[in-house]
Amino acid sequence: MQDFKFNIYDLSSFTHWVDVSLYSYCTPFWAMMWEMIIIGVAMLLFYAVIGLFLVYAERKVCAFMQNRIGPNRVGPYGFIQTVADLVKLLMKELVIIRKSDKFLFYLAPFIVIIVNFMTMAAIPFAKGIHAIDFNIGVLYIMAISSMGVIGVLIAGWSSNNKFSMIGAMRSGAQIVSYELSVGFSLITMCVLAGSMQLSTIVEGQSECWYIFQGHIPAIIAFVIFLIAGTAETNRGPFDLAEAESELTAGYHTEYSGISFAFFYLAEYINMFIIASIAATVFWGGWMPFHISGLAGFNNIMDFIPPFIWYIGKTFVIIWIMMWFKWTFPRLRIDQLLTLEWKYLLPINLVNIILMALIVLMGWHF
Amino acid sequence: MKYEEFKDNETLELFKQTGGNVFLTTVDGIINWGRKNSLWPLTFATSCCGIEMMAFGGSRHDMSRFGFEVYRASPRQADVIIVAGTIVHKMAPVLKRLYDQMADPKYVVAMGACAISGGPFFTNSYSVVRGVEHVIPVDVYIPGCPPRPEALIYGMMQLQRKIETESIMVKRDPIKEYF
Repeated sequence: MQDFKFNIYDLSSFTHWVDVSLYSYCTPFWAMMWEMIIIGVAMLLFYAVIGLFLVYAERKVCAFMQNRIGPNRVGPYGFIQTVADLVKLLMKELVIIRKSDKFLFYLAPFIVIIVNFMTMAAIPFAKGIHAIDFNIGVLYIMAISSMGVIGVLIAGWSSNNKFSMIGAMRSGAQIVSYELSVGFSLITMCVLAGSMQLSTIVEGQSECWYIFQGHIPAIIAFVIFLIAGTAETNRGPFDLAEAESELTAGYHTEYSGISFAFFYLAEYINMFIIASIAATVFWGGWMPFHISGLAGFNNIMDFIPPFIWYIGKTFVIIWIMMWFKWTFPRLRIDQLLTLEWKYLLPINLVNIILMALIVLMGWHF
Repeated sequence: MKYEEFKDNETLELFKQTGGNVFLTTVDGIINWGRKNSLWPLTFATSCCGIEMMAFGGSRHDMSRFGFEVYRASPRQADVIIVAGTIVHKMAPVLKRLYDQMADPKYVVAMGACAISGGPFFTNSYSVVRGVEHVIPVDVYIPGCPPRPEALIYGMMQLQRKIETESIMVKRDPIKEYF
């Protein structure tokens, strides 16, 4: 933290002040409750805004990729198109499937949403805006984000539909395989960072982002993380779980109205989470772009608020993920598993050893 | 109906069964605005009209401008079924089932001569249903063999105007209205 002494956007003193004043006015139990409520409401708003914006962004990016215009009738540049979608989905009938397992059928979308929320709690949005700072943050995110597949499996099972079932099973196989690659590529970076705490990981990149610090193995890990992360969100060329041409809509075939909207939203928030983990671990999260030695340049970079840096990096990665979603055709299930088990996993294992060697010898920047 | 007549407020009032109070018309306005701007069609095309429907989604006649481009393969998530093509007697029960599987509110657009009346197969055909209206209630008819994408855009805009006249106070029962 040499040339990072001067930070005007440090919000940790503000959050600390809120914390202290709440504890001085209330009993510890109620103070904690109030904090939870504040964080919950803030997360809920952020979740809704990001979800709506990402659906709009996806439609616009898709349109530009295909040389179209995209939504432009509702609001300026079609900006509130997804609000119209939301109104419609809210008012749409919820079809009751007679031979489905009704309890599980209505539970499944909520599991997916809850898992999203739990993952978002551990993401550092800016300096001081970080709900929980675990010392095993990376492990926690890995563990929780893969729980979403339980919601998908429940949805597929309880709909009592063969398409849903096949889609859910594919999703299960896919996430079990690709979770390995996501985990190993994050472990590679943890070797470099020497910590699993996300705040320490971000602060460690104050001089140089880890993707530059760890040069070759870090870049390999980043590419693998992008591929495996996309596969984990059931998107892009890996959208086998809801392959429209084969399985109508995969695991959410039988869902209508708002319960379908939950799955739709959860997919985009998952993408946001994967992108923000990538941004945090590889591109420094909210940390501005610093070049060690150039104090003037670093000070100018510090004037851009950390939240802007974080959102900017995340959206660049989201844009890359959308880019290859609309570029590549869908893989077959055997090609998908071949890619993971025969290529990504061995490369990843070698990559960890390479990274460990580089860290031991001090060959990183 | 001609565009001039449809734009006319008096004609629109005729469509509205209830005069409505201020609160309800505001709610109606919001809901109808949402519904008309996100009509997601079902991926359903049985013959050459389907090609024109794909051109409707392509870059020259971009349907996504209206928010229509989210083709849903699952009928549970679709709002409008564009019957693009000939419906034969074997397909009719499938079409009926797809319509029944869709969640309310649902709309039907009969695209092309075959879907309107059997078209070129109206005389001397043993297999073609003479118009999709014998199977499901139709909201908008688009003539042509096949209609150009512009005609489909116009038809979808007519459907949007039809949705604008709806009210939550009146329970919509297309089957009872139509048959």
